[in-house]
Amino acid sequence: MNFKKLLTRPEFGAFVAAVGIFVFFAAVAGEGFLSISGTINYLEVAAQVGILAVSVSLLMIAGEFDLSVGSMIGASGMIIALAVTQFDWPLWLAIIVAFLFSLVVGYVNGWLVIKTRLPSFIITLASMFLLRGLTIGFTLLITNVTRASGLGTYTEGDFLAPLFLGRPLGLPISIWWWIGLSLILGWMLFRTPFGNWVFAAGGDALAARNVGVPVARVKISLFMLTAASATLLAIIQVLDTGSADVLRGEQKELEAIASAVIGGCLLSGGYGSVYGAAIGALILGMVQEGIVFTRISTDWFRAVLGGMLLAAVLLNNYLRHRALRSR
Amino acid sequence: MDPIIKLEGISKQFGKVNALEDISFQLFPGEVHCLLGDNGAGKSTLIKILSGVHRPSRGEFLFEGKPVHLDSPRQALDMGIATVFQDLAMLSLMSITRNFFLGREPKKRLGPVQLFDATYAARITEEELRKIGIKIRDADQPVGTLSGGERQAVAIARAVYFGAKVLILDEPTSALGVKEAAVVLKYIVQSKLKGIGVIFITHNVHHAWAVGDTFTVLNRGRSYGTFKREETHRENLLQMMAGGEELDELAVELDLISKRDPGQAGEIEHRMAKELE
Repeated sequence: MNFKKLLTRPEFGAFVAAVGIFVFFAAVAGEGFLSISGTINYLEVAAQVGILAVSVSLLMIAGEFDLSVGSMIGASGMIIALAVTQFDWPLWLAIIVAFLFSLVVGYVNGWLVIKTRLPSFIITLASMFLLRGLTIGFTLLITNVTRASGLGTYTEGDFLAPLFLGRPLGLPISIWWWIGLSLILGWMLFRTPFGNWVFAAGGDALAARNVGVPVARVKISLFMLTAASATLLAIIQVLDTGSADVLRGEQKELEAIASAVIGGCLLSGGYGSVYGAAIGALILGMVQEGIVFTRISTDWFRAVLGGMLLAAVLLNNYLRHRALRSR
Repeated sequence: MDPIIKLEGISKQFGKVNALEDISFQLFPGEVHCLLGDNGAGKSTLIKILSGVHRPSRGEFLFEGKPVHLDSPRQALDMGIATVFQDLAMLSLMSITRNFFLGREPKKRLGPVQLFDATYAARITEEELRKIGIKIRDADQPVGTLSGGERQAVAIARAVYFGAKVLILDEPTSALGVKEAAVVLKYIVQSKLKGIGVIFITHNVHHAWAVGDTFTVLNRGRSYGTFKREETHRENLLQMMAGGEELDELAVELDLISKRDPGQAGEIEHRMAKELE
């Protein structure tokens, strides 16, 4: 691949930004930031956003949004916690049920978007409130509190738990999932017919349908993927902390979208990159944890994030226009 | 020779609106059949029926002698009826190769998963485009970097490569400059020489006359009939397209104006007559 082609890749801007931000924090706060524990710290934060962002980016490339992933994290976490602590289900069964629940929610989201032809922004905004409200309501109804804890003891001897728990080779499991999902989904996007359909569904759904791309199936399966990835993150969090909270995951949907956009995804669909979204999540993690190691107060993180998002959109816009001009 | 497509008394209603009324039409292999008509004449409804987007309300649609009922463009495509829609159905941010093979991706196996065979796809795309005389530097470049004429060419090459027996082109030259339009007309002739039946929709009589073998003129959902090249001439087609009476009415109106303001109206009339030539 020559240099010019590299320039026109959607994730190029994010890659340069990531290197720049790494160098910046290494120079300003090198001692803490470059240490092993510091590195693992920001990688873990990045992984938590990244697990969502890579699937959210696929959905965005297919031209849709999912604002309900944050609420899905809270809902799945509570489903598992309540099933295990209140109803004495084995953990593995609770995990499977949580995944099935998320697939159903994702399917309904996608089905509604396809059938009503309403913007997915509105549909998933509704399911975001619905899921969160139902999670809070049912949890209070069953337990009278909004938290469930003490799950740590249930992981022992459970055959599914090791998939979502621990630190293989010294790295938290979330980082492995983040890297693994990025590689698999990124590879799927560029190397399989399904990936081609994802681009086409977001680029021009009607044109894609006319040449035989099953647009509805593509979009619905991606809504199911984003919901399932929220559940994956919820499981990792619940097993790691041993507790679940009805408010967990709030604003995660926006962080995931921000990562995808920083990584080069277009809000209008048809363009973007899974690897870019993974790098976008890395940037979020580095900035959020990097600030801790400088003497700046972490209260500024959101302002930095907002500024970065704006800069990323402008840069990516410029790069895309360049890509279309270069001949 | 038998017609590859035959329409018998096709009508289409949308609610109470008659978009098409009793259209009969034949297309033979190796023929360029021009479908002429002004805006709103029913051309796009007719091609949507031919390409499987709409179903006719009445009438018979025969393909290779057998009645067909198309439910989707994909079904038409699988039978060999390829339509290049006006908006081109090209995704400008996707590469030429990916556009070329969209919906019909070449696959290779890797264990249980099916992969998109990108190298094969790129090679075929470059070959097919070279065949019709388009040189692209890189089949990986986005379609958005191509000109309007080049995009038409890619769309036509794609249809031909996937074995189209019928090629429906919806206003392929309308958005193009003179030189590019000429190139697209050349592709139409190339396709015809391969034995493909081409339906060429246009409201530009000059373009139609340059390549057409047969001409069907539509006006307000009805057909003025089908004419062989030998049986008609350009001015005739032009007159029918505009709807003979309406032009006469226009002449009367202009006449009235010219009585009020002779100088200016005469000038306009002269200019219009020249344009319509």
